[in-house]
Order: sequence, then structure tokens, then C-alpha cells
Amino acid sequence: MEYLREVLTRQVGGYDQLPEVLQIFLPMLLACLLCLGLVALIPLIAIWAERKVSAHMQDRLGPMRVGGWHGWAQTIADGVKLLLKEDIIPAQADRLLFKLAPLVVFAGGFAAFVVLPFGESFIVSDLNIGVLYIAAISSLGVVGIIMAGWASNNKYALFGGMRAAAQIVSYEIPTVLAILTVVIPVGSLSMQEIVKAQSGSVFNWFIFQPVTFLAFWIVFLGTLAEVNRTPFDIPEAESELVAGYHTEYSGMRFAFFFLAEYANMFLVSALATTLFLGGWHGPGFLPGPVWFILKAMALVFVQMWLRWTLPRLRVDQLMHVSWKVLLPIAFVLVLAAGTLALI
Amino acid sequence: MQVEAYAGEEMVLNMGPQHPSTHGVLRLELETDGEIVRNVIPHIGYLHRCFEKHAEKVDYPGVIPFCDRMDYIASMNNSLGYALAVEKLMDLEVNERVKTLRVLMAELNRIASHLLSVGTYAMDIGSFTPFLHCFREREKILDLFEWLCGARLLYNYNWVGGVSHDIPDGFEAKTREFLGQFEPVIAELDKLLSYNKIFLERTANVGIISEEQALSHNVTGPNLRGSGIAWDLRREEPYCGYDTYDFEVPVGLGEYGPLGSCWDRYYVRVREMEQSLGLIRQALDRLPEGDVQEHIPRRVRPAKNEVYDRTETPRGELGYYVVSDGGLIPFRVKVKSPCFTVLSLLPAIARGGMVADIIAIIGSIDIVMGEIDR
Amino acid sequence: MKQASEILQTLQEQFADKIIKSSQECIQPFAVVPPGAVAEICAFLKNDPGMAFDTLMCLSGVDYKGSKKEPERLEVVYHLFSMRHRHKIVLKVELPREDPALPTVEGVWAVANWHEREAYDMYGIHFDGHSDLRRILCPDDWVDYPLRKDYVQPESYRGMPAAAAKQFAQRAQEGEDLGTDPFSAG
Repeated sequence: MEYLREVLTRQVGGYDQLPEVLQIFLPMLLACLLCLGLVALIPLIAIWAERKVSAHMQDRLGPMRVGGWHGWAQTIADGVKLLLKEDIIPAQADRLLFKLAPLVVFAGGFAAFVVLPFGESFIVSDLNIGVLYIAAISSLGVVGIIMAGWASNNKYALFGGMRAAAQIVSYEIPTVLAILTVVIPVGSLSMQEIVKAQSGSVFNWFIFQPVTFLAFWIVFLGTLAEVNRTPFDIPEAESELVAGYHTEYSGMRFAFFFLAEYANMFLVSALATTLFLGGWHGPGFLPGPVWFILKAMALVFVQMWLRWTLPRLRVDQLMHVSWKVLLPIAFVLVLAAGTLALI
Repeated sequence: MQVEAYAGEEMVLNMGPQHPSTHGVLRLELETDGEIVRNVIPHIGYLHRCFEKHAEKVDYPGVIPFCDRMDYIASMNNSLGYALAVEKLMDLEVNERVKTLRVLMAELNRIASHLLSVGTYAMDIGSFTPFLHCFREREKILDLFEWLCGARLLYNYNWVGGVSHDIPDGFEAKTREFLGQFEPVIAELDKLLSYNKIFLERTANVGIISEEQALSHNVTGPNLRGSGIAWDLRREEPYCGYDTYDFEVPVGLGEYGPLGSCWDRYYVRVREMEQSLGLIRQALDRLPEGDVQEHIPRRVRPAKNEVYDRTETPRGELGYYVVSDGGLIPFRVKVKSPCFTVLSLLPAIARGGMVADIIAIIGSIDIVMGEIDR
Repeated sequence: MKQASEILQTLQEQFADKIIKSSQECIQPFAVVPPGAVAEICAFLKNDPGMAFDTLMCLSGVDYKGSKKEPERLEVVYHLFSMRHRHKIVLKVELPREDPALPTVEGVWAVANWHEREAYDMYGIHFDGHSDLRRILCPDDWVDYPLRKDYVQPESYRGMPAAAAKQFAQRAQEGEDLGTDPFSAG
């Protein structure tokens, strides 16, 4: 944001003549709009990509018509369709919570974009507790999901909400523990500090160091579960719960859930990129933000790849993986990271 | 109010009749305690189309289109059973070409049916890709059928005393081409799904049908063989000359869990597709010359008698109990549906499992509601 | 493996007074037993090691009203099969069309539960001692038994018309404007 203000001051004549409030407020607004644009744009691309990726994995073509080249405008067309659809609220639903739920889910994902370090100076706010902030704010989504499940007054939705709550809370713990193994050697919770600690050669990335290499996989699996992707998609398991917590949603409210899912996919990939894949560092022929987005998108691709390959776990198996496998490993890793830091 | 009855922790969940994985319009009343299912009550009849009443109103050959519509996934096998039953009533023996064609089509349809069953089962467990791979292959079989008789799903192919059409020119070559390219697909399916760790976890310890339960509930077909009983009507009571073909009867071995699990039943189907491939090859190799329709009277009028005839469809033993009164129309046609009997076992094997297990079990017993409700 | 004649003979010896008649002329030989004895005979057939009829292939109801060659009655037909010995037999029970009732064989073969429910649903045959004798294919509040030969289709069910809709051809003949001709519509 400071960078944005600097640019504005330098490039826009008379900017420093404006009242102080505006001078602070305008960059904020701009940054907010940029973020919103990103949150809307990335899912659009990711949804289209998912459809193409899944199609090619399944020996199909996927969308080919809308927009000409490989149906690139399909998601936009679908978005418009969803906007125009009738908005149905079940008669027995809790109307206030029902309307609020998609917004809460979306806001959680949106707010977390604030601390993503896209580049050396491309970050809305480099909070000194950035990692903690992401862990906290991205869990807001689960509140929205439970709200949606409860307010729909539908048993399938309730099942979905219950499952989501259990799953997200369970996977949060090993994930955060695994993140600690990065925070300990860096000595800071700031996202930029973590990225800067991985500067220099590629082998300074945390994924290439023994303890954090294992931690990467825990974070990847944990965040996969937090965003409800296969094989951990039990909250919306379509063959069991119809559509889980968003069974009763239609139109734009459904679109919000959908957008939030893909925004969250990108978010957790971006988090893993920041923590383990050197963030915006990369060979000089491409600018930092491009590297950042490329790396994150590569992880998003892996998520899609898993989704179209693997079946779904059952609830008890899911809990087993979290509590009995990932959690003990994460504890050992934290111990190891602490010991290494002491030495 | 009924509230007191459920005052504990139990919630009654109505699964179906519209639900993605009840394979049609099955309604299950689940009493759930959290994720645990305490009781299952199946409610059927949503697709009841009065087959048996219709059959008492039309003449003998006229029943065949109705047979097709019972198990619409495997129409060839369904009408075959009825045609054989009526031929037995008429004491009619068809020629070798008709028999071979019937075997050929029945086995092609068996592959198509198993592909659908295996594919939708993958989807029930949450894996989407195998489903589309299976449907891609099934499509090729349906194309062959369309070429053969003009219909893709309800063929009206097996008539009393013959089949409706001879195979078109080039059908044999096209079928062989399909067989050649389909064989590797089964191996691919094994790699992608059958031995997948998560798939095994989900299915290999779930929905155990013991041998005793299977016999008492008259579980038949792949479901019975999944419980380790090598029983196949094609081998035990051969019809259409199945005794002259060389094929094996795959059975569940309980390699990854207790015998008779969902995985065993699933895997029997996969292996049966391989056997069907062999059967089709043999049928194509021998295909004798002959007329595809026997000379039967224009009006089929079997003498007063009755017969219970059963054949092995992809879902198991399909029985037709046909009573003739000596008239032009059947006096009574009763269908013993294999899905009907295996579904009656569902409450016993599903009780105490989790909600996700119910889906795994329903998928593994491979039911078609059209046949259950008739 | 036993021939049907041997099985019928054994039955005759065991239940001399309870076998009303048996026939071997038809394709599948059968024995007619009285309603009261069917459960007992079925239990014997299942549990006797020489018989071991471990599966009930099919249980059907038949309504012989209107048959030209058979006396008017209801019939319950049991098709039995022994997986162990691979032999078959058919049992029949003849019942009056008014208040037909016979004991259940649910305790012998579990599958009989649903088959008997179907026979009850379609023919109104009561199976005494059945654990859950409800309609199975028709709705619970359906009246009358659809597969009986003298069944009359109701005009409506819960306000919904249940009789077959008139064919288009018939409606056109009766002079109804079906709106199918684009040029005739005013």
C-alpha cells in the first residue's frame, strides 16, 4: 500500500496537494479494488482451467464454444447465467443466516488476499503477523459453511455443515504446526520476511530443506482438506449428500460459494508458495508476481489433478489421517525444527 | 407428534427417491445417529409400471418390448430370458445361428451393463474420471447395437423363435475392433481405480454378505460370486449352447478384506467383462450360417402348461414364471428380479455402517430400479 | 442331485396325508399342499440333508379366475432349488379367492419376506406370522389388489386421475381441438 501511495505521489500530479485523509484513503480503495479484481479473476480462470483439465483427463474436450478459443468465456457466460437465475430461499430456512452465509464464506477468502506477497512491493499490507492472520481469517469460511448448513433447514446441508466443521477444525491443527517449522527458522510471522529468507539460490527454498520438505506435504494435504477438495471433499460429497452445505443454494448465492471455493484453492496454493516455494523469487527473465502466480497455479493444477484421479475418503478415515498420521508427524517436525534452531 | 419417538440422538434421513446415488428412484429411510446408520428401511415401487398386468393383456411376442423396459441397462439379456421361457413352453428349439447371435448380443450387453455399473460405482465412491472412461466404451457398444437393430437402449431384439435382425455386413469386423481396443481399457481401469488405496479403504471392509445370507436371500449373479460361491447359470444350467463355450467364472477371493465385501463384488464384475470378451470372440469365430428366425406360427399359442425359466443377466438370476392357459395371451407372467432379492438384504448388511457406506453398498449390489419395481 | 419324482415320492412318504396331489406330466413337476402345512413342509425341505433346498427361487401368486381350464382359485407357487444338490421342485398352495391366508415361510428363507409382501400387495393373500406385511410396490393406501383378474382400475388416486389418458386419435375423433394444426388455429 505504501508502494501504491508512492507511485501515486510520483505519477499523479498534485496528488500531494489532496487532503491527508484522501491521500491515505485512495490507495486503500485502489488496493481493495485490485484485490477484489484478483479474487474475481483468479477463480474465473481457475474454473475454466478446471473444466479443461478435467475434460482432458477424461478424454473429452470440455467447453469449446463460448468466446471462440477453447471456450475461454464459458465461465463468464455461466456467471451471467447464475446472476440472472431466480434466487430461491426455502420456506423454512433461517432467512438472515441463509443470506449471510455465502458472504461470510466469500469474505473469509477475500480478506486473506490482503497479506499475500505477490511481489517485492506487491502486497497490500505486510502485517507482522501475516501467517497467523491467514490461518485465522481463512478459518472464517467454516463459520459460513456451518451457517449455510444450519440455515438451509435441510438434513443433507446440515450433514455437510457438520462434516465441514469437524474436518476443517481437525486439519487446521497439523497445518498450523507444520507452518511453524517455517516460522521457527525465519523468526518472523511476516509473509515478506519468510519470502526474503528464501532468497538466493533455488535450494534456499524451504521445500528443499529436510524438515520443511516434510512440512510442505502436511501443509499441502491439510490445506487441501480445508478447502474441501477431493479426496477430502466429504462436506459436499455429491454422491452422498447431494451437494452438502450448499444443496439449497441457487443463483448468485451459489456462485459466491463457487467463487469462494476457487479463491480458497488459489489462496492455500499461494500460502504454500510463500512458505515453501520461495514466493516471488525466480529466475530474472520474469517479474516476481508472474513467478508467484505461476507457482501458485501449478499447485492449483496439482489439486485439480488429484480431484480427477482419486476417490473420496470416508469421515472416519479422514479423521484418522488428520489425528493419527499428520498430527504426530507435525509435532515431530516442530520438535526437529526447534532443535535445529537451537543448534 | 412423532417427536418423542426420536427423542434420542437419532435423525431420520430420507435418502431418495431423488438422490444422486440411489440408482434411480429407490427411497431409503435411514435412522442416523450422527454419521452412523442405525436402521435402513428401503421403500420401492416408485417405478412400478405394471409389467405383470400388461403381460396379461398382450400376446406372447408382445410382451418382449415390456421386458426390455424392466432392466433397461441390459435389455438384450432381459428379453432373452422371456424368449427362452416361451420357447420352452412351445417346445421349440432354435437353430445354431440364432443361439450364437443371442450369446453374442447378451455378452456385448453384459459388458455394457457392467461398464455402467463399475463406472457409476466409481462415481459413488467419489472418483469421477473412471465413470467417463467407462461411458466412452459403453457408447461404442451402444453404437454397435444401434447399427444392428436401430435402437440404443431398448432393442426388442430377441423374439420368440429367433432374433429380429441378422447382423449387418461388417458388424463382425467392427466388433473385433472394439474388442481389441477395449482389452487395455480394463487394465487401465484396474490401475486407476481397482487397486487405488482410497478405493480399497472405502470398499474392501464394507457391506459383507456372508454365504449363508446370500443363499437365504437368494442373492444371485456377481453379488453371489462376490461372496465366493462359483455359481453361474451359464455354466450350471446352460442355455443357448453356453456349455460349448470356454469361459471361467470369476469369484470373490477376499484379497483385501473379508470375503463378500463391496470390493469383491465390484472386482467380480471387472473380471466378468474379460470373460465376456472371450465369449464374444468365440461366438464371432463360430457364427454358423442359418436363418435368424425359425418358422413359428403367426399366432403363438402354447399348450396349457407352465414354466419357470431362469437366465444369467448381468445382475444375476432373472426368472420368468410363465403360465399358459392354452390361449393367445399369457395367463400369468411373474418376474423374479435379481435386484429385488438382493435389495431385501440391504437392511441386514447396512445396519451399523456409516452414511457413506450405504452409498458404497448400494452401488456394489448394482440395482436397477426398473427391474425391481417392474 | 435327485429327480423330481424321487423328491415327490419322499414328500409323499413324509407327509402322506398332506400332499393333495402331485403332477409330473408338466415341464416342471409340482406338488399341491394344503395351506396349513406349507411352512412345515418347506422347513423339512430346507433342513433335510437329502433335500437341502437352500434357496427359494421365486414365490408367485396366480389368480385362476376366468381360466378356461382351471377351477377358480388363487394359488401361491414356490419354486425351490437346492444349491447343494442342484435339484428343483415346485410347491403349490391353492387358496379360496375370498380371504386367502396361509402361514409365512419367512423363517425358512429370508427372501420370502419381500416376495410375500408382493403377493399380498398384488393378490391380497395374507401370510400369517409375517413380520412386516405391508404393500410393497403400490402406495400404502392403495385399494384393491391390482393383479387379480377382476381388478377394476380406479378413476382417481388422491385426486389425481388414474385412468389411462385418452389417446390423441380418440380425442381428435371426439372433435376436440388439440391445437396441433398451425393453420387451423384461430
